[in-house]
Amino acid sequence: MSQMNRNPLVLGNKTMADVTDDICAPLERFPSKGWMSLFLSAKALFLFYIATIAMVISTGIGLLGVNHPVAWGTMIVTFVFWIGIGHAGTLISAILFLFRQKWRTSVARTAEAMTVFAVMTAGIFPLIHTGRPWLDFWLFPYPNQRGPLWVNFRSPLLWDVFAVSTYATVSTVFWFIGLIPDFATIKDRAQNKIRRTVYGALSLGWRGTAKNWSHYEMVYLVLAGLSTPLVLSVHTIVSFDFAVSNLPGWHTTIFPPYFVAGAIFSGFAMVITLMTMIRIGWPEFQNYITLDHMEVMNKIIMMTGMMVGYAYASEFLIAWYSGNEYERYVFMNRAMGPYAWSYWIMISCNVIIPQLFWFKKLRRSIPVMFVVSIFVNIGMWFERFVITVTSLHRDFLPSNWGQYAWSIYDTCILAGSFGMFLTIFLLYLRVFPAISIAEIKPVLHVGRDDKKGGH
Amino acid sequence: MALYPNVQIGDGTLANIGWLQELPDTVTKIVWDNYASVSLKTAERLHLKEGDVITLTAGDQSIAIPTHIQPGLHDGVVAVAVGYGRTSAGKVGNEVGVDAYKLAVVKDGEVIFAGQAADIKKTGNHIQLVTTQGHDSMEGRQLVVQATNKDYQESKEANIHRHHTWSIWSGHQYNGHKWGMAIDLNSCTGCSACMTACQSENNIHVVGKKYVMQGREMHWIRIDRYYTGDVENAETVFQPVTCQHCDNAPCETVCPVAATSHTDEGLNDMVYNRCVGTRYCSNNCPYKVRRFNWFNYAKLIEKPMHMHLNPEVTVRPRGVMEKCTFCVQRIKEGKNKAKVEGRPLKDGDIKVACEAACPADVIAFGDLNDENSRVAKVFKAEPRAYALLEEWHARPSIRYMSKIRNNDQVTPASEHGHGEAHKNESAHEEGGRA
Repeated sequence: MSQMNRNPLVLGNKTMADVTDDICAPLERFPSKGWMSLFLSAKALFLFYIATIAMVISTGIGLLGVNHPVAWGTMIVTFVFWIGIGHAGTLISAILFLFRQKWRTSVARTAEAMTVFAVMTAGIFPLIHTGRPWLDFWLFPYPNQRGPLWVNFRSPLLWDVFAVSTYATVSTVFWFIGLIPDFATIKDRAQNKIRRTVYGALSLGWRGTAKNWSHYEMVYLVLAGLSTPLVLSVHTIVSFDFAVSNLPGWHTTIFPPYFVAGAIFSGFAMVITLMTMIRIGWPEFQNYITLDHMEVMNKIIMMTGMMVGYAYASEFLIAWYSGNEYERYVFMNRAMGPYAWSYWIMISCNVIIPQLFWFKKLRRSIPVMFVVSIFVNIGMWFERFVITVTSLHRDFLPSNWGQYAWSIYDTCILAGSFGMFLTIFLLYLRVFPAISIAEIKPVLHVGRDDKKGGH
Repeated sequence: MALYPNVQIGDGTLANIGWLQELPDTVTKIVWDNYASVSLKTAERLHLKEGDVITLTAGDQSIAIPTHIQPGLHDGVVAVAVGYGRTSAGKVGNEVGVDAYKLAVVKDGEVIFAGQAADIKKTGNHIQLVTTQGHDSMEGRQLVVQATNKDYQESKEANIHRHHTWSIWSGHQYNGHKWGMAIDLNSCTGCSACMTACQSENNIHVVGKKYVMQGREMHWIRIDRYYTGDVENAETVFQPVTCQHCDNAPCETVCPVAATSHTDEGLNDMVYNRCVGTRYCSNNCPYKVRRFNWFNYAKLIEKPMHMHLNPEVTVRPRGVMEKCTFCVQRIKEGKNKAKVEGRPLKDGDIKVACEAACPADVIAFGDLNDENSRVAKVFKAEPRAYALLEEWHARPSIRYMSKIRNNDQVTPASEHGHGEAHKNESAHEEGGRA
């Protein structure tokens, strides 16, 4: 029987021992100058971010450009941006796991780390964008002595609280469970006591027995099952913040699928950005995160890019078809009004530029994919900007029309959030195994015979 | 050249009152400045843009003042408000605008304010004039309905496009009072007295030029001014807009902490203590009448200035949303008074602040469940009455009555109804907004 001949998932004829050595290497050597300089710059940006947030909280949200009529701005735009980034991680680690896509193994760990950190970065925004952040706990329904006052279950913002907190919890647990066998490996290789103790504690007493593995795989499968609907539900509910309100440009039924596609699109772009950098920083990983992996992800970027492109076109069609004058105006205004530049940045970055990936040569070229992924990240930030700001700035009564009053604080908040994300991500690369050792070994080519197929 | 005292600060004696400096001009909607108004044609001829500073010379005196392009102004006129540029008015009024009295001349013992020849020179400088209204055209939407006398004689509902709306929900039940308001656009002159009355009644803060530019003015009631007809010879319509106290209020459903909620008298209450400040309500409000405390304005009130605050109304801290309450404190007062006197509440017992201040009797406030009240009659029987954005089915508690112009023309069919082409594109779009 003939079998389809696929490229090996791991290159370089690695043995089991090689795998462990390669993946543990970045954790066991002194940080390189490149890592140090990146980390220090990210850290500085992060500290700057904390200072900016402190100023905004102590003085007032009015430091940002939010105003009347544009009451949501950079913070909500950037919140949706980071939440969206997270989706690719869960898609890779959960959905592709259920579909037995073995190529996911090399990228799943880091993609999911990205998810967790992106959700952390995003989660800050809804908390600090309120007028009185110290009262944010009122958004949680819990028995209290204020009446008791209860939350309003009709508000999409409340659904968001549940969606995002569930997502953060499930993806963190899923990620951590996957790390347990690898923590045990690192503990076993540890050369000093502190390291042994810390990783020993993290590995939760993992022994590697058959029973351990059986339980582990069961839990992993269950969590993958739990995470899968979250990929669809979280961004659906984030989109409800817009779709359920009655503003022209927001009140559309296409939003849930459109947001989910956009989230996966931007998430994969971020995975590509990070993976290209990891491949440069740690050349030994190039055998694990191969060009084949990158190419597959680039195909997904191109596909989801066309899906959001379809959504952009469909929105226009429906705005026209609806006969609703406000809806029509909002869309004409997006493409031709004072914020047309942001609309065309969005279209160029999200729809036009990813078309380069039709060419095999380009989608296998590291510099090309890096640049494209950066453009996609920019485009997807602008997509949320277009949705939030251009819908609000010209709605029903022309007397209210105004523009977003972008301030230096908006810039600092936006840039600072990258400082936070990169600081955590760079730390992760140094202390956690960035590829799953336990999962890579079963997909090795060792013991397989290419010519005859099978074992 | 014409020098004129404006509606806000008059001859300048009132220049030190923040409320009045922040009160938008009736027509231009500009705050915290005076300016030289010129017509569109004159601006085009002299290559002037909104805010371009010009040297205005009359006789041997000259001032440097920003330009404002005013639709409907005569091509041969440049108009400047006096009373600005004061040097000893006080903390608020000093150095606001430019002193235009310099241009007046004394002839035979009388001061002449208008009619002198003036010379305009462009300086190349630019000043951002700040307005509270970014866009001057109705974009063909049914906001202010206008008809001519002839239209009105043909049909009292002339030019009002009514929408068929329905719901599977029966709506809130109002068994006691149900408060409502009727606003007659026919009588509104745009004088803006209601805005200042409201500001004074409800402890509304003044934010200053910089923040009005950023779109942070706090007025609970505003007068929307639109230009209609030909741009060069524009006609002006006014529309007071405040919280519409909708029955199906879009703001109420989206607040995650239920800080804005519906009362059994149809009011749309804001619970300041409960507000966390997500501003979702403002986004979802089709009328955009909600105002947010971007900073802690209340903290800036120095003693003894806190004595000017109305003790019946909460002073809002930073981070909470606020908006028109239909003067809930006056409703309470009226109800209490009637109760103490042992009689039922009569129509007119409760006068809200804007209603009380209106010199033209534009605004009527009352109980819709009282069949004989002025508002109930308007809601039920007045053919000129319509709800703003009726098709959005928020079911507002305010009805506007269409403006009837006293002339014999018939509005051409293309000028009303849906999809009207907008002919009156504004001269300066969203000018003043950052």
